[in-house]
Amino acid sequence: MELNSKSPTGPIETRWERHRFNLKLVNPANKRKYTILVVGTGLAGGSAAATLAELGYNVKCFCFQDSPRRAHSIAAQGGINAAKNYHNDGDSVYRLFYDTVKGGDFRSRESNVHRLAQISLNIIDQCVAQGVPFAREYSGYLDNRSFGGAQVSRTFYARGQTGQQLLLGAYQALERQIGAGQVQMFPRTEMLDLVVIDGKARGIVTRNLLTGKIESHLGDAVVLGTGGYGNVFYLSTNAKGSNATAIWRAHRRGALFANPCFTQIHPTCIPVSGDYQSKLTLMSESLRNDGRVWVPLQTGDNRPPNKIPEAERDYFLERKYPSFGNLVPRDVASRNAKQVCDDGRGVGETGLAVYLDFRDAIQRLGKHVIKERYGNLFDMYERITGEDPYNAPMRIFPAIHYTMGGLWVDYNLMSNLPGLYVIGEANFSDHGANRLGASALMQGLADGYFVLPNTIGDYLASNKFDRVDTSHAAVRDAESQVAGITRKLLAAKGTRSVDSYHRELGKIMWEYCGMARNAEGLKYALSKIPDLREQFWRDVKVLGTDEELNQSLEKAGRVADFLELAELTCLDALDRNESCGGHFREEYQTPEGEAARDDERYSYAAAWEFRGIGNAPVLHKEPLTFEYVHPAQRSYK
Amino acid sequence: MRITLHIWRQRNASEKGRMVRYDLPDVSEHMSFLEMLDVLNEDLIAKGEDPVAFDHDCREGICGMCGCMVNGVAHGPLPETTLCQLHMRHFKDGDVLYLEPWRAKAFPVVKDLVVDRSAFDRIIAAGGFISVSTGSAPDGNAVLVPKENAERSMDAAACIGCGACVAMCPNASASLFMAAKIAHLGLLPQGQPERHQRVTAMVAQAQREVFGSCTNAGECEAVCPKGIKLENIALMNRDFLSANWVGRATVEAG
Repeated sequence: MELNSKSPTGPIETRWERHRFNLKLVNPANKRKYTILVVGTGLAGGSAAATLAELGYNVKCFCFQDSPRRAHSIAAQGGINAAKNYHNDGDSVYRLFYDTVKGGDFRSRESNVHRLAQISLNIIDQCVAQGVPFAREYSGYLDNRSFGGAQVSRTFYARGQTGQQLLLGAYQALERQIGAGQVQMFPRTEMLDLVVIDGKARGIVTRNLLTGKIESHLGDAVVLGTGGYGNVFYLSTNAKGSNATAIWRAHRRGALFANPCFTQIHPTCIPVSGDYQSKLTLMSESLRNDGRVWVPLQTGDNRPPNKIPEAERDYFLERKYPSFGNLVPRDVASRNAKQVCDDGRGVGETGLAVYLDFRDAIQRLGKHVIKERYGNLFDMYERITGEDPYNAPMRIFPAIHYTMGGLWVDYNLMSNLPGLYVIGEANFSDHGANRLGASALMQGLADGYFVLPNTIGDYLASNKFDRVDTSHAAVRDAESQVAGITRKLLAAKGTRSVDSYHRELGKIMWEYCGMARNAEGLKYALSKIPDLREQFWRDVKVLGTDEELNQSLEKAGRVADFLELAELTCLDALDRNESCGGHFREEYQTPEGEAARDDERYSYAAAWEFRGIGNAPVLHKEPLTFEYVHPAQRSYK
Repeated sequence: MRITLHIWRQRNASEKGRMVRYDLPDVSEHMSFLEMLDVLNEDLIAKGEDPVAFDHDCREGICGMCGCMVNGVAHGPLPETTLCQLHMRHFKDGDVLYLEPWRAKAFPVVKDLVVDRSAFDRIIAAGGFISVSTGSAPDGNAVLVPKENAERSMDAAACIGCGACVAMCPNASASLFMAAKIAHLGLLPQGQPERHQRVTAMVAQAQREVFGSCTNAGECEAVCPKGIKLENIALMNRDFLSANWVGRATVEAG
């Protein structure tokens, strides 16, 4: 299989413009003749569904939550990047492009990243016009803050609820189209299979989560904006319902899965407190703007933080990276936190935490300024831990947060399956091996508002679509497969709950495919996961029926997919014999302990083809070339 | 610690529900409320009993999916805290807790603690937006917003649409929910052109959904996990009155 990225060539500044000009258009009067299925209503899916409807397409939109407003984009806190250079501090589209390629450790496509940086400008304009209450200066102008991995202030924010406000903007735009009858919305509906007819993605099979009814929806193109697969680790900052089922089942139908091992750890999460822990709570890394990260200099120093004098504290990020200090990228911050804990200098009951201290910032700026900037995060911390971060430093530890990998897409955001588009976190594009802070919101909205609505028209205009209905053999086949999976899950009548399997899988993944990986551990994980999967199908205990709201059954299907995806993730991590970004292989590091890339052998996106469970997937490589930002070892010193 | 739960169990919308007692002998104070329910459900599954259905997703207090009545109070006893963010350290050994779903005609029970809140979506679809199609926006700094307005708008925009306000209101009114959206958009210059239309359409939709009217009981503000203020309802009422006045004036002017 030849992977054609359809990436334009020539001067990078004009690639998107020239590409757009070359795309075929659908006449405004003809748009209503097409139906587009959009799965997921986060920043990417919600904005895409709304925009496609504004253009005049018929849109059917699906989400598993009770309302499109609940998608997990809502939990993003810190902000959204845009190269507006409102602060005259040297920012530009090119600099955002440069920072993102470098931050991604040279494993992303230059053309995509440059387009993202260009579109970042339009996103802010669009969101302001929708009424997103971004933070303002006293003059009434938009305020900015700085963020990890950047030396300019380019992050727009709405307190600590930027994701919520941007999502509500997209949600309101979507509801406007629902009200206008242009979008048909299907909440509490989960996509369980993709329908491929004559090689084209033509529909999806869904399950109504309230009634259990299996239904098929057909259209001319399918758009997946279903988010990432971080919950393969069980404990992550993702919502409990976040899952990989839509992208995984599309993968099983032929869509390539790219770079699954590129998973991101977020450095500022609230540490684990017990076995019953159901998720990890992230606090925006914007906290690192004013908070200083430290641990005691001496191992076994159990004094309360306020009793440890300045000279006996190790501000390890400031010490090792003087020019970026506490604002080094996420992977660097996370690994260094793990390292000091491995050295026995971790704090708190478990020793698996470091301090994030606001004492100096409160002295410098006053408590009211800190409260204005981070009030809701401080409240959240206090609610969860019972400690007051205005008086004692927070304790933080890294947690799985974002997945850069996802379904492979070309420059048009179309997968290798014609008519299947993948947007937002669900695809693999733009962030390479590591995502910079405040860039997920940017990518989700860029894909949904500005890229996909342009590129999908080209596909629709250049293809003929035979009329198909739900009696088609491919539809029947997909429906019966879905029903078969449900039946099998209910029929196992085993001894262990779905959650117990998910937890066990998560432990394997965190231990052997987490923050640091090595060949031996990955091989061990690859030997354990198939056993666990086999045991799951034989021994899982799902009560109830498939004709009602059955939350165990929903979870069971998602965990079944995680049990397959986990294996591919470990395999990809084992296959990539280098360290880059979020993928840190212990065997490949510089003498200073930084990630050592191997550009000669691994400068490619690894796109895996499904060949059936028990068969080795086939690796396809999309070579990455860098004409503008030349690969160098990332240095934040 | 020991906690006794009495939970509303109802198989589906048409069947009758009832309270069922569950004794939890070993609840950790560091658990969140929903983690306690997770532990209960694992026990129930082990015993072959149907687990308790409850809505939840982000467990960070922002998605608005979770919530139930705890001893008659929406989201439980801690102010400005969703159920998922409520930790068991706020309860004491031997506590007896009654868990019920949101109660409102416009929020029919789906199963156990799960209700149907789609009426909220229909209210937003009726007018809770600014009509700006993608691509037509001017530069972000072309329209200035006084900081105070931006802050007050943000205060209202923090609504998570959980429905606690409706559940707690003696009239099952959706006024606080609607007022939050009307204030969020109405306090910004971008929201002015559709200000009257918005309030009229949203209020009309709320009536169609059989939400009650506001009698200023103030229960909504007391339980709102995001601290949305009652004064937003005053703002909504003012907009509603002036919309009717302007509407009438336009008609009379012919």
